[in-house]
Amino acid sequence: MTHLIIFLFFGALCLAGAVNLLVQRHPINSALSLVVVMGSLAVEYLLLGAEFVAAVQVIVYAGAVMVLFVFVIMLLNAGEEVRTKGSRVAMLFGIPGMLVGSALVGWVLIERTGSQTVAAGALPGAPRTIGWLLFHNFLLPFEVTSILVLIAIMGAVVLASHPDTDSGKKKS
Amino acid sequence: MQERGRDDLTSVGGPVLSAVEGTRALLRNNALNITTFIIVSLIKTVLALFVLLTAVAYTVWLERKVVGHMQNRWGPTRVGPFGLLQPLADGVKFLFKEDLTPPHVYKPLYIAAPMIAVIFALTSIAVIPVGNSITLGSLHIPLQITDVNIGLLIILGVTSLGVYGVALAGWSSNSKYSLLGGLRASAQMISYEISLGLSLVGVLMLTGSFSLRDIVDTQGGTFWGFIPRWNIFYGGQFIAFFIYLISAYAETNRIPFDLPEAETELVAGYHTEYSAMKFAMFFMAEYANMITVAAVASLLFLGGWHGPVVGPPILRALLPVFWFVLRIFGFLFVYIWVRGTLPRFRYDQLMAFGWKFLLPLAIANLLVTALVVALRA
Repeated sequence: MTHLIIFLFFGALCLAGAVNLLVQRHPINSALSLVVVMGSLAVEYLLLGAEFVAAVQVIVYAGAVMVLFVFVIMLLNAGEEVRTKGSRVAMLFGIPGMLVGSALVGWVLIERTGSQTVAAGALPGAPRTIGWLLFHNFLLPFEVTSILVLIAIMGAVVLASHPDTDSGKKKS
Repeated sequence: MQERGRDDLTSVGGPVLSAVEGTRALLRNNALNITTFIIVSLIKTVLALFVLLTAVAYTVWLERKVVGHMQNRWGPTRVGPFGLLQPLADGVKFLFKEDLTPPHVYKPLYIAAPMIAVIFALTSIAVIPVGNSITLGSLHIPLQITDVNIGLLIILGVTSLGVYGVALAGWSSNSKYSLLGGLRASAQMISYEISLGLSLVGVLMLTGSFSLRDIVDTQGGTFWGFIPRWNIFYGGQFIAFFIYLISAYAETNRIPFDLPEAETELVAGYHTEYSAMKFAMFFMAEYANMITVAAVASLLFLGGWHGPVVGPPILRALLPVFWFVLRIFGFLFVYIWVRGTLPRFRYDQLMAFGWKFLLPLAIANLLVTALVVALRA
């Protein structure tokens, strides 16, 4: 019972944050709504017994990625967005596409699991289990992802450095 | 229904549930009812917060006194003996000062920012154990508000959220000094969080647990006859210890890493536009964070509350707490000592030091520790 209440509360909070993210006109408010979404997701992970994933969700997403978002918004001093009526393409294709997509996902979920539910805390989520899975069963995907991230980092370094101005001695 | 509940509990891994399970075990062992448990928890929480806030106030006093003596001054002397009542006077002053709200600030975040800072700074105390446990009659009370099996991760998570307070304060004040302070704070805290996290992984590998209580328990006893089995000695984590200490100074925005509030260039940095209690909240958050950092360093590297224990049972229960507090006090003193000694980094030096020196060193330490752990196993 307690689990259900906690689940419903944070599920609702998560959805409210997501809606607020879209409704807010100021980028900072939107970013903070996203932090709320991440935080409530972390609590839902905790309820499932995935404590490590929950902690990483908070440390990495809420504590680092979103801080960088806020940092960039602050740096650019982005002001309020102007509300437009939205493009016709988005209205024509976006909404039906979203409906079809969510229906598809829902259908697959129901097909695959039927009326089964996962008991709270039933999933293996201890750090030891996660580490074992990552470095045994999913070693190749894990390493491929690391290389992907490495490429992204190198790309960022190349884009950010200015070889023609930085190469010699520093100016000034 | 009863059966189902039992099943749920046997397959648990989550801290919420392990807390529930722990609570039930506690209740079973002590034949207690839930009311007693809630009352005990409430008392522990209130007591911990009271002690923490008092400690925060007196750390400020300690800092003024110690820095004063280092600079050949007396520090506070007027209010009470040795100026001991100065924190009270300061508190009253903060309460009665005019609470200014400058024009053109973004009000919701301007008001929320100090609260965010202080809430996250005070939250970490919930998982920090301060000693073994005390027995009152039939009641067996662990000296910790709650023991979760990912305690360390929770502390890291909560501290990583604390940066929002500083960043949002800087942005919402709508002042160039505040904005620069906020920007510096977020960049600095993200950069140093990486080496801070990596410096802790060595200890985690040696212990194999995220629970702070487990980490302390493995550090009991001595080796080679007399050297305590603390992680800094036995695990060879002294490099990690210094990486942690340096990164923690940067995380708490203290000299020599106090660029977010560098008063010579930014007036007061991110809290330039704050006054009265809102300013005091940033102050409290900074000192509470210092205490958390000192507590984590003691628990992870210096054996937590281990130390010589003698005497009657009540003394045996309370002496570990004393040893733990003594370590925290030592760390706070070093904090103040460093503040009285070192000049501030330049911004490029700060970034270069963090990324080009501390981070590679932390990674190297991690690799060596992993090798040692693998060879020992």
